[in-house]
Amino acid sequence: MPNIPPQFGIFLFIVAAAVLPLVFASGYQTFQLTMVVIYALSVLGKNLVTGFGGQVSLGQGAFYAVGAYTAAVLMDQWDVPYWATLPIAAITSGLVGLMLGLPALRLGGLYLALVTFALAISVPQLLKYKAFEGWTGGVQGIVVSKPDAPFNLPISSDSWIYLFSLAVGVVFFLAITNLVNSRIGRALKAIRDQPLAAEAMGVELARYKTLTFGVGAMVTGIGGALSAIAVGFVSPDSFTIALSLTLFVGMVVGGASSISGAIYGALFIQFIPNIAEEISKAIPGVVYGVILIAVMFFAPGGLAGVIANQLRRLRAARVVGTGRAPS
Amino acid sequence: MKRRTVLAGLGSIAAAGVARPASAATVVGVTATEIKIGHTIPYSGNASSYSVGGKSHTAFFKRVNDMGGVGGRKINFISLDDAYNPAKTVEQIRRLVEQDQVALVFNPLGTPTNSAIHKYINQKKVPHLFVATSADKWGDYKNFPWTIGYAPSYRTEAQIYGKYIKAQRPNAKATLIYQNDDFGKDYLHGLQDVYGKDFDKVFVKVVTYESSDATVDSQVVSMKDSGADVMVTACIPKFTAQIIRKSFDIGWKPLHVMSNVSSSIASTITPAGPEKAEGIVTSNFLKDATDPEWKTAPDMIEWRAFMAKYIPDGDTTDGNYVYAYGVASLMLQVLKQCGTDFSRENIMKQASNIKPVSLPLLLPGMQAATTPTDFRPLKQLQLQRWKTNTWERFGAIIGA
Amino acid sequence: MEGVLHQIVSGIATGGIYASIALALVMIFLATHHINFAQGEMAMFSTYIALTLLQLGLPYWAAFLATLVFSFVMGVILQRILLEPLANAPVLASVGAFLGLLLIFNNVAGWLFSYTLKPFPSPFGVGDPMFGGMFSRHELGSTVVTMAVLLSVWAFFRFTRLGLAMRGAAYNPVSSRLVGVPVGRMLALGWGLAAGIGAIAGMMVAPVVFLDPNMMGGVLLYAFAGALLGGITSPLGAVVGGVMMGVIENLAGAYVVGTELKLTTALVIIVLVLVVKPSGLFGKALASRV
Repeated sequence: MPNIPPQFGIFLFIVAAAVLPLVFASGYQTFQLTMVVIYALSVLGKNLVTGFGGQVSLGQGAFYAVGAYTAAVLMDQWDVPYWATLPIAAITSGLVGLMLGLPALRLGGLYLALVTFALAISVPQLLKYKAFEGWTGGVQGIVVSKPDAPFNLPISSDSWIYLFSLAVGVVFFLAITNLVNSRIGRALKAIRDQPLAAEAMGVELARYKTLTFGVGAMVTGIGGALSAIAVGFVSPDSFTIALSLTLFVGMVVGGASSISGAIYGALFIQFIPNIAEEISKAIPGVVYGVILIAVMFFAPGGLAGVIANQLRRLRAARVVGTGRAPS
Repeated sequence: MKRRTVLAGLGSIAAAGVARPASAATVVGVTATEIKIGHTIPYSGNASSYSVGGKSHTAFFKRVNDMGGVGGRKINFISLDDAYNPAKTVEQIRRLVEQDQVALVFNPLGTPTNSAIHKYINQKKVPHLFVATSADKWGDYKNFPWTIGYAPSYRTEAQIYGKYIKAQRPNAKATLIYQNDDFGKDYLHGLQDVYGKDFDKVFVKVVTYESSDATVDSQVVSMKDSGADVMVTACIPKFTAQIIRKSFDIGWKPLHVMSNVSSSIASTITPAGPEKAEGIVTSNFLKDATDPEWKTAPDMIEWRAFMAKYIPDGDTTDGNYVYAYGVASLMLQVLKQCGTDFSRENIMKQASNIKPVSLPLLLPGMQAATTPTDFRPLKQLQLQRWKTNTWERFGAIIGA
Repeated sequence: MEGVLHQIVSGIATGGIYASIALALVMIFLATHHINFAQGEMAMFSTYIALTLLQLGLPYWAAFLATLVFSFVMGVILQRILLEPLANAPVLASVGAFLGLLLIFNNVAGWLFSYTLKPFPSPFGVGDPMFGGMFSRHELGSTVVTMAVLLSVWAFFRFTRLGLAMRGAAYNPVSSRLVGVPVGRMLALGWGLAAGIGAIAGMMVAPVVFLDPNMMGGVLLYAFAGALLGGITSPLGAVVGGVMMGVIENLAGAYVVGTELKLTTALVIIVLVLVVKPSGLFGKALASRV
């Protein structure tokens, strides 16, 4: 078997992710997959902050909300086309992240967890606040229209939103992969693992920490903006602390310091609640909690690590099987 | 002008429905043996206290099936969890409509959750019947001809309180506390409707709370300090009970008018202490299962038998069961009216042509009714006052 | 003026609620160096056990003691079967398990005991409120109980060998093991004690806010904020922080920004305090080693 470069596998995966749902998935399943892409992007932003930056954020839902509301308000108030809202949502959520990154310079660990937790709790209150009601619609939220496919493409609105989200997702997954493999990424890892040593060796702690926070917030914010487009509705109740905890679960299940972990985490938070409900309507929370704890037992470092190990073992077995020496 | 065009349009649709044979209509979710009905409610998450509604409906339709079904068919009731998350509601409703192919969606719970599916479900022309939210916007038959409300709206209720206060205390100095969400805001708007530009003069102190707060003692202190002699509370039972107790403890005795969301004796009055609730005014359209007055009422006996047989572990003091039984009875009424034609058009036609009917567990004299230009089945309330361990109804039944 | 005083007193009473859960958080932190997000839900569950015992006819203090024992055992068992296996896993895995526990306790409570709001009795009687109604008997009594718990926790860690061993086990498990401290047993004990303190908090809080499965949802955030404000390593700090949280929140809501933003404001104030004094008002800065 010839050596296939890993890029080829990723390329195949992307093509399959784009084409298969168009052929096989119903509108409802396409919507579910869109949500997986959106959650994957949002969890990725969180992984960047926690897994790579080593900073615990309990309030990633706040950035998701900022992104979603930015998109919804722009579409609702100024008729901005949906695709044009994404860069603006990226800027607003990134800015909020940078603003939070500042206290993050001084506060580590639990204190940062509290700050982000506090932000997640405050966001719904701020969205409801009467001074912003003209834009945010207050407690009623905002209903936005779903976009149709452009250029008379013969696909449904659902499929189009899926492809659009997937394209955005792919761009950011590749960009973040490059980022963490670059000099910045190595600096981040150094900060996470040995902050004092890294600082002594000349890594500018403050700058990198703030940067990570800002970029993480931006990526999650873009996920939020896509959710406003896909769901077609935002309201303060869409962005409670439960959302932040959901994204947190997505991160720990997938594996915080892994890029692909964000995808496994997203699949978990999208589909496990449905499975829990199928198992028991009386106690879905118990079923979900037990599955979550089981995953933590089985894969304490996240599913990404376990899956990567399995793949490696599979490959090694094949290499041994063909009688070639492992390289 | 616009209104007339729409009305004319509706008229022609109705006429077409009569003229064309039923087979031409869309029949989805119905086979020779079953009718599929979809439903969403939070079984998980913070709002899972409402899940008893889903439990009750599931049991109710099981009883319908045990008694032979309706229109010669069994009901296949599919109830899904949305965790009170609008994004999840969209997903689950789409599953019900596109994958399970239900004939109709019945009583999904929550204002933000229903708002998220409002447009979709009307585009798909799926009957969206008797939503479990009392916001003001669910009777918009012109723009959303597939969505029908159920209970009297909070805003209407607040207007009734406003008029009552105006009549009882023309020189009132009043105060209002409301939950900072769509439910609480409707009371603010209802009172503003009645008082108009005088609102700020009459209501000297308006405060809010979040449902995640631990206590509202601070707000009660603020309200007392405002010197008000009338207090309106738009709160859920936990906080209403706290307010009743705290204002009693600090020796403040205003005329207390409260949202009927908190009228449950078991959830509000008993925890607060019945003697502290003396004189509270509220309204209702449902019977309270713990009120001794209804002990021998035939509908209450029937309901208790239902609970004992189908939900033996259910807490009969939980008002959500009473609510659910009433609205499920209305659903059954519509299905019976359909005869054997369960096309979506006919279901909608029947749901919007309910002749005045009294439902089980409604207060005496109350009736549900709809017409093609009135998508609010329940429009009546009656004021009641807490007097020595029971609700004493007074005044006429108020139609809104 | 009377209004301000009243707001402060009422803030102290509410702050006492936050303080009691904050104490449990400090206990678990000192014993394990974790923040247990399920602490509030465990306390709520214990309170339901107490209510069940009371309904079976047990006198109050007997039910109180039995609940403490139950909670202690529950804490120990949870540590042994859930956290012990995760001892060498990344911290995030433990946090994931805490979130799982939170969901499980909340859902089990709703399923077993229903979601209907339930009154919970106070051991301090219902007599007339004192000081012109500002303080109820229960609020006074529960303050005394919180103080007693605070003193015990402080004395336990300050004066007993066990307390010292427990802190050591949390702070540096490897060295502790070398000097003969049974680290695993210490962690389990810490979980048991924290669950017991949580149970006391639950039984003191429930008469005020009434008992339902979501009773602790909001309280936990305030307690967390209070504990960090006071310093997560200091029992006294937790109580002071919790009470301050209650007072700041009341004053901000009543006089500064209005009730709609009072929580947001209180949190901003706390963040500012922490930026100035990152280890909290009474906490010790944790030294890091390279």
